[in-house]
Amino acid sequence: MRVSLFIPCFVDQFFPQIGTNIITLLEKLNHEVDYPERQTCCGQPAFNAGFCGESREAAEAFVDCFRDTQTVVVPSGSCAAMVKIHYRELFKDTDLFDTVCELGDRTWELSEFLVKVLGVTDLGARFPGRATFHDGCHGLRGLGIKESPRELLRHVRELELIEMDEAESCCGFGGTFSVKFPRISTAMAQVKCASIEETGARYVISNDPSCLLHLQGYIDRQGKPIKCLHLSEVLVRS
Amino acid sequence: MNVHLKQFNEATRAITPDFPYRRWMQNALKGYEQTRAATESRYSDLEAARRGAAQIKWDAIEHLDTYLEEFVRNLEAHGTKVCWARDAEEARRYILDVCRKHKAKSIVKSKCMTSEEIHLNELLEAEGFEVVESDLGEFIVQLLKEPPYHFVFPAMHLKRDRISQVFHDRLGSEQSDDPEELTMIARRVLRQKYVEADIGFSGANFGIAETGMISITENEGNARLATSLPKVHIALMGIEKVIPKLEHLALFLQMLATAGTGQALSCYNSVISGPRRSDEPDGPEELHVVLLDNCRTALLADPEQRDALRCIRCGACLNTCPIFKNIGGHTYGTTYQGPIGSVITPHLRGLQEWKHLSYASSLCGACTATCPVKIDLHHHLLRNRRNAVDDAPAFSEKSMFKAFALAMRHPGLYRLAGKLARPFLWLSRPLQGTLLDPVRKWRRTRELPVPARQTFKDYWEARRK
Repeated sequence: MRVSLFIPCFVDQFFPQIGTNIITLLEKLNHEVDYPERQTCCGQPAFNAGFCGESREAAEAFVDCFRDTQTVVVPSGSCAAMVKIHYRELFKDTDLFDTVCELGDRTWELSEFLVKVLGVTDLGARFPGRATFHDGCHGLRGLGIKESPRELLRHVRELELIEMDEAESCCGFGGTFSVKFPRISTAMAQVKCASIEETGARYVISNDPSCLLHLQGYIDRQGKPIKCLHLSEVLVRS
Repeated sequence: MNVHLKQFNEATRAITPDFPYRRWMQNALKGYEQTRAATESRYSDLEAARRGAAQIKWDAIEHLDTYLEEFVRNLEAHGTKVCWARDAEEARRYILDVCRKHKAKSIVKSKCMTSEEIHLNELLEAEGFEVVESDLGEFIVQLLKEPPYHFVFPAMHLKRDRISQVFHDRLGSEQSDDPEELTMIARRVLRQKYVEADIGFSGANFGIAETGMISITENEGNARLATSLPKVHIALMGIEKVIPKLEHLALFLQMLATAGTGQALSCYNSVISGPRRSDEPDGPEELHVVLLDNCRTALLADPEQRDALRCIRCGACLNTCPIFKNIGGHTYGTTYQGPIGSVITPHLRGLQEWKHLSYASSLCGACTATCPVKIDLHHHLLRNRRNAVDDAPAFSEKSMFKAFALAMRHPGLYRLAGKLARPFLWLSRPLQGTLLDPVRKWRRTRELPVPARQTFKDYWEARRK
C-alpha cells in the first residue's frame, strides 16, 4: 500500500523522530511511504481560535497537497480529528465539500491505521519498563479511539502497562488555551501528573504528541523522572 | 480588559494554587461519577435513551411556539394564572405584584435557578419580604449570602465545619460534625417557615403541554411542602422547559436523575396540575406560572445553536468538566456554570462580554460525551469563538492568524519561520522568569521543548537526495 504521511507542524519542528519512526514501521511491513512535500499544517490553531477564514486558507493548501493520495496517516489524534471532522464544517456549502469528505475518510490516526486497516497488532517491539497510557481527547472522544493503541502496546514485550485513574482526562493543553489561561491549563496538568505518579510509571505513552509536549513541559519543570513517549517511539524499539 | 474576564482571571488566580482543595472537590465528584456509572449500567441501552430524550426535546424546541400555546391553554383551563415574561424585569414585576396583592410577609422557595437568573431574592428582600430558601444547599448558601456554586449542588464547595459554623453563627445551633444532625438543624428551622409562609415559590423541571402540568424533581421533600402548604404558589420557568406529552416524563425523570445525581430516580417527583379544586382538601388557592423568555428566543432563532435549549439542567457537564473541576463554580460569575453556562451565557447576556468563557476550554469534549440530551456543547464553544471573531476580531490576533495562514499556504515561508524561531527561542532563554520573556505564559509553569536540530522536512529532503 502507498501511505502518505501527514507530519503536523509541531511534530515537524519538535519531534521529527516520530515521522522517521513511522517510516521504519511501515517499511518493515512492506508499505511504500510517501511525504507530500508542500504540507505544513491542517489549520487547527486558527480554527480553534475562531478564525475560520484563516483556517480555511491553511486547510485548502492541505487539501491541495493531499488531493492525489491513497491513504493518509497522521501520528496525532487531534490533527486527524481536524481533517476527519472539522473540515466538514469548515467546507460546508463549498465546492470542496465532497473532496474533504473523501479525504477525511481515507485519513487515519496511526494506531487505528495499524490495527483497523492493516490488521497488525504485534510489531515485534520490546520495551522494558512500566508505562501508563494517556488518551488524547480528540482521538478518544472525537474519533472514538480507545482500544487500538492499547492493543498495540499489549504486544510490546517486557512493557508493563498500567492504567491510570485519569487516563481519559484532558492534560490541559488545548492549543492556545494553554497560553490564554495558563493557570487553568497548568492546574489540569497537575491533576494529570498526580494520576500518572500514582501508577509508579516511568513512561507516559500517548497517540497524541501535542498532549505530550504539554505534559513533558510540566513534568520537567517539576523535576520529575517521567518521560513522555509517542506510541511510535515504543513500537520501533526492539 | 472587560470586567467579567478580569473577575474570571482573578478568581482563577485565587483557586488554582490550592491543589488540596481542588483534589477534595474532584474526589467529591468522583463519588458522583461512580454512582452514575453504576446506575447507567442498569439501562439496557443508554445510548438509545439519550437519542430518545434528545429527539423529544428537539421536537419540543423546533415547535416551541405550538407547544407553549398548548401548555398555556391547558394551564388556564385548570385555573392557573399565566404570565408571559419577555425579560427578567417583566417576571420580577409580575411576581412582586402577586406578593403585594396577597399582602405577603414571607415567601418560602424551593430550588429554582431561573430565579437566580432574574435576581429575584435581592428584589424581594429589598421590598421587605422575608425570603427563605428551603433546599438544604440553597439554605446554606443563602445564610452565607453567596450565590449557588453549582446549579444542582449549590453548596458542594462547603465542608462540614464551615456549615456547622454558619449554622452556629446565624441560627445559634450547637457545633456538629454529623451531617444528619446538621440536616436536622436546618429542618427544624425550615418546618416552621413552611407553615408561616404566605407564598410558596418554585421552579419547574418540565412543563407538559398536553396536560398543562408542571413537574418538579427534588430529593428533600422541600418543594412538595413549599408548593402545597402556602395559600399561593408561584412557579417560574424558562420557556424551553416544555415537553409535549405526559408519557415523556417516564424517560426524562430517569434521565434527569441518572445524569444529575446518579440516582435511578430522584426521591420526590411532583406533578402539579393546578390550584386546589373545590373537592380537594388541601393545596394552594392560587397557582401562577411565569414563563420566562429572557433572550431564549434569540437562541431559538439561531438554527446552529438552538439545541442548547434542550438542556434539562442536570449538571452532568459540570461534574465531568476538567475546567469546572479545577476552577469551581463561583469563578464563572454566571447563573449557569460549567460548559452549558459557557455556551448559553453569551447568548443570554452578551457575546463580547462573555466570550472568554468559550475560550476558557481545552475543547476536550467530555461534556458533549456525557450530555443526556446530546447537546453539541464543545462545538458550540467553538461556534461562540467564531461568532465573536466574525463580530469583532482583536487586531493582534487577527494579524497573527493572517500571518499564520500566509505561512501555511507557502511552505518556503513556513520553513523560514521555523528557522527564525530557533535563535529567537534560544536568545529569549535568559529572559525566562522575567516579564520580558515573550513566551512567559507558557514558560512560567512549563518548560518549552527545544526544537529539533533537523526538522522532518529537512530529513525527508536529505533522504530523497
